[in-house]
Amino acid sequence: MSTQTEAPPIDAVGPPGTSAPRRRRRMTPRLVGYLLILPTVVVLAGVQGYPLVKLVLLSLQDLTQRELFSGLPAPYVGFANYQKVLTDPDFYVVVARTVVFTVVNVALTLLLATGVALVMRAASRWCRLLLTVVLICVWAMPQVVSTLVFNWLFDYEFGVVNWLLGRLPGVDMDNHDWYANAFSGFGVITLIVVWGAIPFAAITLYAGISQVPKELEEAARVDGASATQTFLRVTYPILRPIYTIVTVLSVIWDFQVFNQIWVARGSKPEPEYQTLGVYSFMRAFGVNEYSLGAAVAVVTVLLLLVFTVFYIRQSLRLGEID
Amino acid sequence: MATLATRRRPRSRGRVVANVVGVAVSVVMIFPVYWMLLTAVKPGSEILTYTPRFVTWHPSGSNFVRAVSSPHFLDALGNSVLVAFGTMVVALVLALLAAVAIARFRFYGRKAFVFVILVVQMVPLSALIIPIYLLLNSIDAVNTLGGVILTYLAFVLPFTIWTLRGFVAGVPAELEEAAMVDGCTRFQAFRKVVLPLVFPGLVATSIYALIQSWNEFIMAYVLLSDQDKETLPVWLVSFVTARGIDYGALMAGATMMAVPVVVFFAIIQRHVASGLTAGAVKG
Repeated sequence: MSTQTEAPPIDAVGPPGTSAPRRRRRMTPRLVGYLLILPTVVVLAGVQGYPLVKLVLLSLQDLTQRELFSGLPAPYVGFANYQKVLTDPDFYVVVARTVVFTVVNVALTLLLATGVALVMRAASRWCRLLLTVVLICVWAMPQVVSTLVFNWLFDYEFGVVNWLLGRLPGVDMDNHDWYANAFSGFGVITLIVVWGAIPFAAITLYAGISQVPKELEEAARVDGASATQTFLRVTYPILRPIYTIVTVLSVIWDFQVFNQIWVARGSKPEPEYQTLGVYSFMRAFGVNEYSLGAAVAVVTVLLLLVFTVFYIRQSLRLGEID
Repeated sequence: MATLATRRRPRSRGRVVANVVGVAVSVVMIFPVYWMLLTAVKPGSEILTYTPRFVTWHPSGSNFVRAVSSPHFLDALGNSVLVAFGTMVVALVLALLAAVAIARFRFYGRKAFVFVILVVQMVPLSALIIPIYLLLNSIDAVNTLGGVILTYLAFVLPFTIWTLRGFVAGVPAELEEAAMVDGCTRFQAFRKVVLPLVFPGLVATSIYALIQSWNEFIMAYVLLSDQDKETLPVWLVSFVTARGIDYGALMAGATMMAVPVVVFFAIIQRHVASGLTAGAVKG
């Protein structure tokens, strides 16, 4: 869109084409196309295709430290790993925890981002600029960095948050350890994740909201609709495609959240802090049960598949237009 | 007139409320970033206080000095720069070729290729860690920066191709054809007409690749076990566990890692949002 502003001068160099290059030109496009995608295909086959196949195979084998170092082939064990995973009550606790975590985080992200987007529309230009700058700064913060910063904010001894809450009448937060129980610990992790996720959602939603014709909303208001009704009945339906894509992306990101939990718990997440991503990782690299970790990863991918298919269908619609 | 006046008043009151809320939201949202920067420049005596100090009158660079002079920081910085630029350059070349292919050429399997690109983008990286580790282990590429760059290509390429495709498709094919009618070869037409026009797209996608590989943590954590091979995020996290928590130096390190990203990100932010939601625009 922004690239079409100017056409640079085309210097006509070289002799006009003779018949030989013309024939060549007619047969090349397909071949050129293949040649152009070849390097990408090779790389993706190597670092995505092969590992994906390998992941599935691995989940059907029993690979231990011994095979890893000796280079001997790991024996195939059929669905034994899946059986082990799927009959382990702990696994269902992890799945439930991951689902609840995802639902809470996605809902909070969308709710707060909608609020920020609406404020951006209603506010003066200077305030909108301020919010945009803040959102971009927050969005750009590396996950590892923001998690470390939040751990400092929530430090049990010298953290600002404990001090601030301690100002409230009747609240004693001295030496309160937020991670001591998993519920409040996940509260902090949710805060880290949602804080980092709001910018993308808010900026995208604001871009959509600012496109909604004012006349539509004004007409609804004139007809007696409240602000909430106007948003739900007029604005939201127009923005639905944007909400869909933001929701799907948020689900995909939050479901596999890893960095924040890992870093928040000092690279040693306790069992009650494990979501699917962390659980699979710890199975594989913590206790060297690579095959069990692979089986968990395959289950995770399958669980996410519904959302992935949805995202791809939405994205492909654009591809079909040209 | 009367109706105009009555209509304007509630609206401007709404604007004042929105501005107040907007400022409050901004302050809350930016506070962690401010706290990181402030802690990084505070003198040691002002960091661990039971009553936090929200400004400092004695900014000092001692935290930065401690961070920079701590073991392996310079190694980590060098490794991060190498990995980030390595990934960026390779991703840029491959993505440009592939983007031109799917935007300009019709070939059997083109749709399938686009489909694969989009699927690949959604495969959770954490699921691939185990097989990628085993793959690199089998070719002795664990603990090499080349192995890490190769891995990063996997999750940077799809987005860069998809975004660049949009830029290339945005250049009218007629421009290229006109150049070719005037005697340019296909390659000349591309180099002299298309390339200058997609330049902003190249900048945007290369910065994206740069940031992604600069920030990445798990893969580097698993693949690079030697301390002198660590990248910045891994160094930063190990800084916490290895030596108690020196918050001043930690925040100084965090600042040094985050500031370049914020600057670069500000340049390309619009393209990231539109790249991710491309499907929604026409949905």
